Amino acid sequence: MAIEKFQKLVSSVVPLPIENVDTDQIIPARFLKAVERKGFGDNLFRDWRYKKDGSPNPDFVMNNARFSGKILVAGKNFGSGSSREHAAWAVYDAGFRVVVSSFFADIFKSNVLNNGLLPVQVSDQFLAEIFATVEADPKAQFEVDLIGQTIVNLKTNSTENFEINAYKKECLLNGYDDIDYLISLKAEIAAFKKA
Amino acid sequence: MEPKTLFDKIWDAHIVKQVKDGPDVLYIDRHFIHEVTSPVAFLGLKNRGMKVYSPKNTIATPDHNVPTINQHLPIKEELSRVQVDALKANCAANGIELYGLDHKYHGIVHIIGPELGITQPGMTIVCGDSHTSTHGAFGSIAFGIGTSEVEMVFASQCILQPKPKKMRINVEGVLQKDVTAKDIALYFISQISTSGGTGHFIEFAGSAIRSLSMEGRMTLCNMSIECGARGGMIAPDETTFEYIHGREFAPKGADWDQKLAAWKQLKSDDNAVFDAEYNFKASDIEPMITYGTNPGMGIGVNGTIPTGQGLTGSDLITFTKSLEYMGLNPGDKIKGKKIDYVFIGSCTNGRIEDFRLFANFVKGKQKAESVTAWIVPGSKKVEQQIREEGIVEILEAAGFALRQPGCSACLAMNDDKVPEGKYAVSTSNRNFEGRQGPGARTMLASPLMVAAAAITGVVSDPRDI
Repeated sequence: MAIEKFQKLVSSVVPLPIENVDTDQIIPARFLKAVERKGFGDNLFRDWRYKKDGSPNPDFVMNNARFSGKILVAGKNFGSGSSREHAAWAVYDAGFRVVVSSFFADIFKSNVLNNGLLPVQVSDQFLAEIFATVEADPKAQFEVDLIGQTIVNLKTNSTENFEINAYKKECLLNGYDDIDYLISLKAEIAAFKKA
Repeated sequence: MEPKTLFDKIWDAHIVKQVKDGPDVLYIDRHFIHEVTSPVAFLGLKNRGMKVYSPKNTIATPDHNVPTINQHLPIKEELSRVQVDALKANCAANGIELYGLDHKYHGIVHIIGPELGITQPGMTIVCGDSHTSTHGAFGSIAFGIGTSEVEMVFASQCILQPKPKKMRINVEGVLQKDVTAKDIALYFISQISTSGGTGHFIEFAGSAIRSLSMEGRMTLCNMSIECGARGGMIAPDETTFEYIHGREFAPKGADWDQKLAAWKQLKSDDNAVFDAEYNFKASDIEPMITYGTNPGMGIGVNGTIPTGQGLTGSDLITFTKSLEYMGLNPGDKIKGKKIDYVFIGSCTNGRIEDFRLFANFVKGKQKAESVTAWIVPGSKKVEQQIREEGIVEILEAAGFALRQPGCSACLAMNDDKVPEGKYAVSTSNRNFEGRQGPGARTMLASPLMVAAAAITGVVSDPRDI
């Protein structure tokens, strides 16, 4: 049950310069009613992305043809609130492989990592520069390198390093799954339980 | 020996293995599950050809999307029904006891765990729901997890988890009249912001915290995560032991004596070091209410909505967007604002004490005609107590109708949705955009504040009435 491997990605970005985007905005509760991990991408940012009649809201960035790419860039404290992993599934299912922000909520961060999606935490300054670069040139390219733990704004050549837990890095690079690892500890868990 | 925090003591006692440069493998004592975040985990387990590792430590109840009227009838909404049925089938296939809609123990997962005595001091407790932090009120480590992590616990009764930092929040002194645990929660979050606790686990301490009932402590720990923290906890004391004693799944006889002796040791050492510490005065806290779209946007009921002065860049965009959504003006008084709906219930304020407080206030008064009220008990047991204590008659005489247990309008997955543009004063935990229905405008507050708003039809200070 491997997750998708991630090593390096070069892409344009989809900018969402709003802070404290909670998981109710990423995917509202009324779209959590599935018993399989399917189709959540269609409802990503549902109430911002679509009008009440179901037609696309032209003011929302994902409906603006100028912006596209596999990197979602959001304001600080992205993914706060509910623990729903559906939020991570929706972001992944909509085609994103990297989420960039200057701050992530804890549970959201572990949820995305468990789904082969890389959270890249950058400084407020670097984040502001990304938003400025994309506003000037929506096709501007960015490089995210997991091995070197760097993100590069290829337009300005400014670079920043990002942190990732060594274990989680290994998992993402190789597509390893936490559950396989835990199952391999069966004997140790049984021994702990007995003690 | 190096002094340790309460959190460290419990965490360290549950480490099965430390992964080099990685997270800890943490053993989980109790795993609560519900219909929304478990089906994909069950499916994953099935695809691996596995069954749940420790079904007897897994407790299941459907709560998130169940209707709060006519629960004896089949659930009308198909997708909700499919999830509730899936939980039933998955529990049966894995030997997990299910407290379904027809069971006397049915209720919101974070209400039933404590009231049945399943939640106990010193335990590690998880659930695919962020408000699992509620159980920390008993001096346990309890936190919400994602569905991949639910599958981890299904497969191994363990979870891979990096150890969070520790924060202590001290509240000293005596609370003002009509100031409740909910007000403490909304107050401290307004002080440290909606992300101020990220990466941390909180221990609440101080004389004002000690003076709280178990219900109040649960409300506070429930809301602890709304500042971004992984969870909140309170060292167990006589209040805790008295609450647990005699409950269905509490230890009995010699087992009780042995457990009690161990529980009494559960506290932070005197010189234990916290990564962050805050001190608040109980007397500074007023009845609170939120004006914005995250739980950190709260003010005292007699306060004014902030002007946003001094904010720049994305902070200003976010603040302005929030007030526009709420239809409120910067600098206005919040008191006197007309409201349309009230909701009392949820894992935050759906316990018997909350309904007693509410009933005591509305007794002999009449609900404002313009207000629609949803009165939703947190569990069958709470519902039963409401009936036995004569609270239901008080409610009915004042113009309120009692519904059946469930998460209800807290997240509006069922039919209890606040219409677009309408204002709801709510005892729930989140005022995010659309949380109580698309376009709904939520103001979070205590059961007393909700009662005052229900009677007057406007945001009111319960002390004025």
